[in-house]
Amino acid sequence: MVRDVDVRSIEDGVARMCMETNVLAPDDLIKALKKGMAEEEPGTAREIFRVLLENLEVARNENLPICQDTGMTVVFLDVGQDVHLAGGDVSEAVNEGVRRGYRQGYLRKSVVADPLRRMNTGDNTPAVIHFSVVPGDKVRVTVVPKGFGSENMSAIRMLKPTEGYEGIKRFVIDTIKNAGANPCPPIVVGIGVGGTFEKAALMSKEALTRPLGKPSGDENTRRMENDLLKEINKLGIGPQGLGGRVTALSVAVNTYPTHIAGLPVALNICCHVYRHASIEI
Amino acid sequence: MKTESCKVIRLTAPLAESAARELRAGDRVEITGTIYTARDTAHKMIVEALDRGEDIPIDLKGAVIYYAGPAPTPPGKVIGSVGPTTSGRMDAFTPRLIRLGLRGMIGKGERSREVVDAMVRYGAVYFAAVGGAGALLAQRVRKADVIGYDDLGPEAIRKLEVERFPAIVAIDTQGNNLYHDRRK
Repeated sequence: MVRDVDVRSIEDGVARMCMETNVLAPDDLIKALKKGMAEEEPGTAREIFRVLLENLEVARNENLPICQDTGMTVVFLDVGQDVHLAGGDVSEAVNEGVRRGYRQGYLRKSVVADPLRRMNTGDNTPAVIHFSVVPGDKVRVTVVPKGFGSENMSAIRMLKPTEGYEGIKRFVIDTIKNAGANPCPPIVVGIGVGGTFEKAALMSKEALTRPLGKPSGDENTRRMENDLLKEINKLGIGPQGLGGRVTALSVAVNTYPTHIAGLPVALNICCHVYRHASIEI
Repeated sequence: MKTESCKVIRLTAPLAESAARELRAGDRVEITGTIYTARDTAHKMIVEALDRGEDIPIDLKGAVIYYAGPAPTPPGKVIGSVGPTTSGRMDAFTPRLIRLGLRGMIGKGERSREVVDAMVRYGAVYFAAVGGAGALLAQRVRKADVIGYDDLGPEAIRKLEVERFPAIVAIDTQGNNLYHDRRK
């Protein structure tokens, strides 16, 4: 049986999620920031956590975006193979949702039409859309407004297979050390290990849709996440790069089989405004 | 590392050179007065205008530039969320503006050697505001007007009247650097 899903319901969902994710901080983030604040000594680091928590409250009460960089909108569409998308072009529906959400929500339009000529499109479109076809008759829509202070400090490296976990660790630590204050720590780190060049990058972005602090289902990966978080927080970069114990709130790693000759690793950084939402239609 | 000071120093913008020179990395400040937003493209356009010998939208004498591009202003509000962006992207343009009188910069993250050298030489100071606290910082803005390059949208130059705008001195006029201190 094929189930019809009207693309307008996707448009509505995208519009709503654009507005909600940018204004309303999710509980997992508030919890993580409170935990971070408790780990810091009194002084600048703890004060910054207090300011970040107060900012989340002001955003909610004043209906203002948490951060002025309301991102380029990344949308994951997991479409059930028994779904028929009806009523128009699904990509256009996503973009219309972004257009509406960013206009009605008074969110910043941060997208330029051409990477070199740099004329603002005026409505934050186009979104970056990742489609995948999955079993079932539902459509899962995930919206991730991605700020660029942190996106700019992300990196990918094609390691040699024999470099193993030590190579991954070195790459991760170097990248975050080099990023310093720029990605607005305390950060959330998404890592993709394996696959190909683009698969690793995509996995690192997908890792940034995982609920904060939720560990990987795989034991080895979980160990890697814990160890990397510990190593990153030893750097002492701290909130806003002004020193402290909490540089990262969480590390999420996704893995995939890879080629005998390669060990791709991609690291995508998200700032402390960890925004994403999903709906199932 | 001087981060424990609870004392908050009140500053007025435009900023006097003597006031700038008294500040030390780690000082907490609150800025009241007139500041200007400008980021990547606005900086490029300012420098290009200077190259052509044209006027620029900002009077640089004692000026404080805030590296920021606000979210749109909702009805009934003065400005949308307005937190700092990454300052390092403006580094290539900054020494020239400092030479022309720029006294203060508000942003986030490290500055280049060239910027710090110019700050020391001409007496300019670099403040860090809390990145990602845009909603909170918007509450300290009393008035906002676009005064240049308005076709740039969020990147246009705005004149902001701020009251007790909170920041930390990240790099002072002696070159002391809070971002370096943390590594000691």
